[in-house]
Amino acid sequence: MIRTLTARLVSSIMVVLGALVLVFVIVYLLPGDPVFTILDPATATPEMIAGMRAQLGVDRPLYEQFWDYAGGMLQGDFGKSLLNDEPVLPKIIAHFPATLALTVASSLTAAVIGIWLGVLSAIHRNRWLDVVVRIIGLFGISMPTFWSGILLILIFSVNLGWFPAMGSDGWQTLVLPALSLGLVGSGFIVRLVRNSMLEVINEPFIVTLRSKGISERLVMYRHALRNALIPALTMIGVLIGDLLAGTVVIETVFSRQGIGRIISDALMAKDLPVVQGVIFFSAIIYVLINLLVDMSYSIIDPRVRRLNARRQAS
Amino acid sequence: MSAKESVLAKAVWQETKPASPAVRNSRKRSVSDFLVYAAGAVLLFIVACALVPGWIAPYTPTEMLTDRIMQPPGGSHLFGTDYFGRDIFSVVVYGSRDSLLIGIASVAAGLLAGGAIGALAGYAGGIIDMVLMRLLEILMTIPGILLALAIAAALGPSLANIVIAVSLSAVPGYARVLRGQIMSIKGRPFIMAAHSIGTPGLSIFLRHVLPNSWAPLLVMGTIGLGTSILMGSGLSFLGLGVIKEVPDWGTLLSQGRGYLTVAWWMATFPGMAITLLVLSVNLIGDKLRDRLDPKHTRG
Amino acid sequence: MSTLLEIENLTVQFNTAKGLLTALSDVSLHIRAGETVCLVGESGSGKTITSKSIMRLIDFENGIVSGGTVKLDGDELTAMSGRELQNLRGKKMAMIFQEPMAAFDPVFTIGSQIIEVIVRHKLGSRKQAWARGVELLRRAGIPEPEARMKQYPGELSGGMLQRAMIAMALACGPELLIADEPTTALDMTVQAQILQLLKELQQEFNMAILLITHDMGIAAEMADRIIVMYAGKVVEQATASQLFGQPHHPYTKGLLQSITTLDSIRKSRLPSIEGTIPGLAELPEGCRFHPRCPHATAKCVQESPPLLKVNGRQAACWYAGELAGKLGDGQAVVQTNGQSASRPCSPADIVHLEPEPGYSIPSPFIDIIEVKKYYPLGRSIFAKHTSSIRAVDDVSLQIRRGETFGLVGESGSGKSTLGRMILQLEQATGGDIRFEGRSLTGLSEGELQKTRRNMQMIFQDPYGSMNPRWKVSDIIGEPLRVHEAMNASEKRIRIEALLESVGLNPKWADRYPHEFSGGQRQRIGIARAIALRPSFILADEAVSALDVSVQAQIINLMQELQQELGLTYLFIGHGLHVVRHVSDRIGVMYLGKLVEIADSEELFANPAHHYTRGLIASIPWPDPGRERIAAGIAGEIPSPSKPPSGCRFHTRCPAVTARCREEEPKLAQVRNSHWAACHFPA
Repeated sequence: MIRTLTARLVSSIMVVLGALVLVFVIVYLLPGDPVFTILDPATATPEMIAGMRAQLGVDRPLYEQFWDYAGGMLQGDFGKSLLNDEPVLPKIIAHFPATLALTVASSLTAAVIGIWLGVLSAIHRNRWLDVVVRIIGLFGISMPTFWSGILLILIFSVNLGWFPAMGSDGWQTLVLPALSLGLVGSGFIVRLVRNSMLEVINEPFIVTLRSKGISERLVMYRHALRNALIPALTMIGVLIGDLLAGTVVIETVFSRQGIGRIISDALMAKDLPVVQGVIFFSAIIYVLINLLVDMSYSIIDPRVRRLNARRQAS
Repeated sequence: MSAKESVLAKAVWQETKPASPAVRNSRKRSVSDFLVYAAGAVLLFIVACALVPGWIAPYTPTEMLTDRIMQPPGGSHLFGTDYFGRDIFSVVVYGSRDSLLIGIASVAAGLLAGGAIGALAGYAGGIIDMVLMRLLEILMTIPGILLALAIAAALGPSLANIVIAVSLSAVPGYARVLRGQIMSIKGRPFIMAAHSIGTPGLSIFLRHVLPNSWAPLLVMGTIGLGTSILMGSGLSFLGLGVIKEVPDWGTLLSQGRGYLTVAWWMATFPGMAITLLVLSVNLIGDKLRDRLDPKHTRG
Repeated sequence: MSTLLEIENLTVQFNTAKGLLTALSDVSLHIRAGETVCLVGESGSGKTITSKSIMRLIDFENGIVSGGTVKLDGDELTAMSGRELQNLRGKKMAMIFQEPMAAFDPVFTIGSQIIEVIVRHKLGSRKQAWARGVELLRRAGIPEPEARMKQYPGELSGGMLQRAMIAMALACGPELLIADEPTTALDMTVQAQILQLLKELQQEFNMAILLITHDMGIAAEMADRIIVMYAGKVVEQATASQLFGQPHHPYTKGLLQSITTLDSIRKSRLPSIEGTIPGLAELPEGCRFHPRCPHATAKCVQESPPLLKVNGRQAACWYAGELAGKLGDGQAVVQTNGQSASRPCSPADIVHLEPEPGYSIPSPFIDIIEVKKYYPLGRSIFAKHTSSIRAVDDVSLQIRRGETFGLVGESGSGKSTLGRMILQLEQATGGDIRFEGRSLTGLSEGELQKTRRNMQMIFQDPYGSMNPRWKVSDIIGEPLRVHEAMNASEKRIRIEALLESVGLNPKWADRYPHEFSGGQRQRIGIARAIALRPSFILADEAVSALDVSVQAQIINLMQELQQELGLTYLFIGHGLHVVRHVSDRIGVMYLGKLVEIADSEELFANPAHHYTRGLIASIPWPDPGRERIAAGIAGEIPSPSKPPSGCRFHTRCPAVTARCREEEPKLAQVRNSHWAACHFPA
């Protein structure tokens, strides 16, 4: 177990380092001179520009810039905002809880709705319930979140006044954004769980269970579901990453103060260090989630556990 | 990551194994057939909107009817009018072109690039495969929309740049699916049979492996079309779209958002157009998968 | 004995995409308490559906009982509600399945799955159920049952899982045990163990067994009575001795003649039933067997014969009474389809082989010299030393021109790997392979390509070995395209000639593989293999996946082609009798080692290695009167990643000594042209 863990950890670190390079490349591609994020091109003199260049360090060779950037990032120094000199990492950390809450809430929504409907759909295959669930699932993956979010605001805030349309304080503000983001996720999970269940239901061991006189309820919910959830779990891991990214849009729709909001603002303002910081930060989170999913995978599935044990033995 | 890969591949492929004597209730079958026909009709209509908007839209999209500002849907304005007095239905009809174009172009570019990488990795194997897959893994750590956002912002607002941004985020998916399929085909007995006959390696790859591998990629492309349209309109929504006289659906929705309390129709209808388009594409993609998946036809 | 199960006029239909298909028509049979009844027939005959209909498991597969009754101990099963049935399943009737690896839920322990059924039927608390589970596993011959209870299905071998499956089925003391091909997926030595276990437990638990099998040998060994099914109907029902003594239905007769036995005349032409079993959607009118029956008359074409009592048994044939005399006894040689069934070996049939004095033959056709194949195991960056699976370990043997060399062994023996190394489809880790004196191991890609003209292969799964998107003409034409410059019309003529030579209609060249039956596909595979007129063909389990009657057709075809084209075969198989029938010499492999090599007759008459002896003893004989001469082999095949020291067979050998554990025996001559790797050959 420890060996597999270290192996996974090492490969995760490699991936994070790769992401570090990637982020630098993307941000370096940004056209325009970062100097003009601070200075007004109309009034700046050549001396002022040169001075600012030196101050920002963008006049140095590329590899030196990269070295500084990478070294800083790895030590937790994400640099400072070009706009207001605010350090980037503390800013991200301050805004992260709002995003995390939204990600967790929407993931839970997606998992609960998705698994429940997926199982129902598979059990009632080809009956009307299945058809309805499949259409719901299709809608889930076909609706843009910014539209479903707006519809939810329209219905539940503007017309019914049940939940606030914006803000990031209190659980009430979480309901609508989590729902609109969770709907997308549940669309994916419904489809995955349904197919996964159908595959398991056709496995020979289901026939064995029935031949033992086990009730259909137990066959489905105790045996088939547990087998079907194993592939679904990995998908949920991938999905959490997507939901995390999805907050960029949804935080704009609901005016939430999360890191998604920070990056879309920073992009508009060409505030490089902030953009870099947020992307790199979310890459780390993404890798972490996958690490967790992989580990829980081996706890749930005895086959994976055994594979690991065997790998360790050899 | 192999477990995840197989799951991802499964999500687009090989997912529905029919029960041994394949059974379908004929009535339900007609429901799903009806849905596919309906999706086809919607898609055809939207394509027509993109090709010949003038035949469908009752007004030109730039025509401002200053006496009819922010009129609710009904009467001569199916979707109502906006704050300039433009007919929203007409704007939506004209806006279909960019939305559709972004989707199709990004899928085409993504399929080409991803397919090439996947084919190369699958054919070469060994160290080339490993390096390519590691690079894709890194690319995948930055979730789709974030990557597209960063790239679109980096390259500046133009249609081509949005296409690049959206397609790049889809490349790893396409590459992995094709590679996975190639790997599984390579292990099939008929490949060994071809080797035993003495067929040269490249010929085996081109005649046996590739023709048996592309089907999942096609299915994934169809489903990817929906995702690309969503992502493209998402970028527009965030303000990274092209500023034009006739806005695309994402931009339109973003503009309408400010008037939610006074004119709900301004944001609702462009969003509905996006949803309908993506829904139709996904329905057709599902059908395509059912048809192409060998497990469906063999049983 | 009272009647336990009584099925009368059972008709079962399935709701499919193509409409309602009738899978069983008018099936009647009965089983008495404590009796063993075998249900035999080829794939598609309806055996499995019959068993699933008894349990009403067809309910879950869109099957419906549309007529007839099934009574278990007087209770009418077809009329029962789902809940009532659930109470009977697992308690009064239990079932075991073909693939034990797939029949257990992989994410629950063996123990919890056994406990589940006991608790379900309220036969004890969880604690009591645990104790009973341990006891059952022990009784089923599983060592360390407490530990096994806590293990997951993936951690046990197939044989152990089948034992556990039997234990689970017996957990609630059923009166009827349905066993659906319980040994088909297992190795031969394990198969014999499982059959023996079933026999013992039947006595002990006093239950009736409905055993479904395609193997007439197993039926002969196990059955009190045998029921023969064909295309969803019962065609004959008789006691085992009646059936094997004098089959009354022409299909039974054909089945019995198609099987190769250890005392059939080697290399003779096997009598076979022409054609293949019809699909459910295209059942013929009248007697369903008439298109394949040599005795069919106009009446057979029009009217379906009922199952009637004839000479103390039942047969569904209009001419059962008359034909019985004509059909003679099961083993006798009769005329079928105008061809002499098994003619004695004529000089033309067998290639003349000069008796060779040594184990090594001078200038052999194929010379395999100390060949090894190691697969690295657990290639982790962190593992300091890589262990490996020794799939083939230091094997030397020679194949003569024009002979059929048979290679037998159970799973993990390395027989297929060895075959593929000869064709250079796998690179040998060490050693050399010479083809007509030329070493193949050092050949460049181009030279190898040229050599491939002379060496071709026939596969176990003919469908899998063909590109499903290609037409038959492209499949057979591929070797021609690669190796010969010919224009389209020349190629077409060759392809049609090839199809004709393997007994297929040349007009079928434009069809796709999925349009053919299994036997026909194997014929296509053979046509592809002979397209370039090779001198050597590797037949890797080429007939193992086929039904008995079709198997005989393919063996006959292969033998004909061998004579016509002067082919040399390496015939790899696990069915000993089939290998014996076709081979001139046979090599026996065990865990990557060649343990014995001899002429066919000699090997079976005087097996020297204890493994070979055990293997032969494991074969079920299609003769109900015959008792097993020797016991089979105990235990299971060890993992090839950790082969036992010394003689690899020592863990299972009845004649093991201390020397066997330490010193590895070399192949040594035991008799004329007979070598064995054993310190103490029998």
